Amino acid sequence: MALDQSFVGRSYPPTAPYEVGREKIREFAEAVGDANPAYTDREAAKALGHPDVIAPPTFAFAITFKAAEQVIQDPQLGLDYSRVVHGDQKFAYTRPVRAGDRLSVTSTIETIKSLAGNDILDVRGEVHDESGEHVVTAWTKLVARAAEEG
Amino acid sequence: MAAKIAFDEVEVGFELPAQTFPVTRDTLVRYAGASGDFNPIHWNEKFATEVGLPDVIAHGMFTMAEAARVVTDWAGDPGAVVEYGVRFTRPVVVPNDDKGASIEVSGKVAALLDDKRVRVDLTAVSSGQKVLGMARAVVRLA
Repeated sequence: MALDQSFVGRSYPPTAPYEVGREKIREFAEAVGDANPAYTDREAAKALGHPDVIAPPTFAFAITFKAAEQVIQDPQLGLDYSRVVHGDQKFAYTRPVRAGDRLSVTSTIETIKSLAGNDILDVRGEVHDESGEHVVTAWTKLVARAAEEG
Repeated sequence: MAAKIAFDEVEVGFELPAQTFPVTRDTLVRYAGASGDFNPIHWNEKFATEVGLPDVIAHGMFTMAEAARVVTDWAGDPGAVVEYGVRFTRPVVVPNDDKGASIEVSGKVAALLDDKRVRVDLTAVSSGQKVLGMARAVVRLA
């Protein structure tokens, strides 16, 4: 069933702050096999002009996707999560995420489309730090594949 | 931000050093834990095949993270990336053997922008097929 178009433009309340830990960044960098010292060595990060170790560019997704669960699991929207695949992902950074950040995400439904029985949902997650400064915006396209013919 | 590459030394068509990234089941379990994405299609082949996939597949975000490394290793400062986007066009299928799969990533400077920024277009291939579409990063150079 097509999703309700009246949800387009709906924003969800900002999430409780996610505190970015140095060891969490290290764990993520190791999991993607990335030995860039900016992720693990504070002095190396400082030499590049950052106040503390920074996170790899896609780290932000772990935070924004958790926030997008508010949308995905909104019973009023009624998205069938068991059929959802990740279509597109985009980030625009004001600055990299770094250790010590306390980040809050505001999720907004940008578009809802129905194509050949698939529901396509674009969710924007705006990430701000504790002082209210913009850090990164993430755009996530989710596709709920049409249910197979019974 | 302190990229190690000077804008003035780069022109359209410049090829970034290509890299090949291995992916095994072990890699996916580690990534699941680090990212918090525990969707069983990335570690449980019974589940994956039941939902119509050929086998366990890599997290799209894992592939996106690896492709970024061609840009961040080149630029030196990962904080120099100002935009990054991809389309997940095909899954990276990861068999349960010693070899797993691999993702070959290449990148090319596609446009010179204002403010010392360049656009890099990325290509990611696994098992001979492109797995990302519209993979583009905008990087601010020195």
